[in-house]
Amino acid sequence: MKFLALIAVVVTGALLISGTGDMPDWADPNSPASIHVSPRYIEKTVEETAVPNMVTSVLADYRGYDTLGETTVIFTAGIACILLLRRPRR
Amino acid sequence: MIERFEDVIIQTVCRLLIPFIQLFGLYVIAHGHHSPGGGFQGGCILGASFILLCVAYDIKEAKRRMTEKINVIFCCLGVIIFSGIGAICLMLGGNYLNYSRLHHLLPVNPVDARSHGILGIEIGVGIAVMAVMVSIFLDLASRGEHEEGLK
Repeated sequence: MKFLALIAVVVTGALLISGTGDMPDWADPNSPASIHVSPRYIEKTVEETAVPNMVTSVLADYRGYDTLGETTVIFTAGIACILLLRRPRR
Repeated sequence: MIERFEDVIIQTVCRLLIPFIQLFGLYVIAHGHHSPGGGFQGGCILGASFILLCVAYDIKEAKRRMTEKINVIFCCLGVIIFSGIGAICLMLGGNYLNYSRLHHLLPVNPVDARSHGILGIEIGVGIAVMAVMVSIFLDLASRGEHEEGLK
């Protein structure tokens, strides 16, 4: 069983390493991540949201659902910790 | 096993520092859309100030300032502020979390209303993160009893 696990790990690692060769270069302006929505954020942030900090506008406005999900995850973690660990002394 | 002891230097320094730490946390939240920062970072600073109070004094002193009930209410209030602002935008005729619709309520134009909506949700995120951090620290440090911590 351990041998099978080792084979699975080695094969997965080899696939990941071979996939790394197809990644775009570091800071390549023509990489897919840089030509899809990033120019729009960079050009239109101040015009559309009146927020000079681009990170905040992407985090809270363009990707508002994502941040709502993150906040809900934190809230759920807190409530789960209270439910699991809180043990009032009687 | 860490013995509990009272150190006058630590307690005095913490008593002097904690208000400024909290002021800086509020600044990071409120100024998050003009400089690096935001709700998560500012909430962490605010939570860290309460954790410093727990470490320097003890858990009872910290709970005297912010009781457990208020802490859990803050946990929920943060998420309610966030989703409530989204729901208000929905009721004003826009999409969920489309802050430009808030210009019906606020005396600003739609573009500035987006900025104010972002500030509102950052405040909600900050409150939730602060309360959750304090709550998790109290539960982990005192084995869920909230009597004496770090023992």
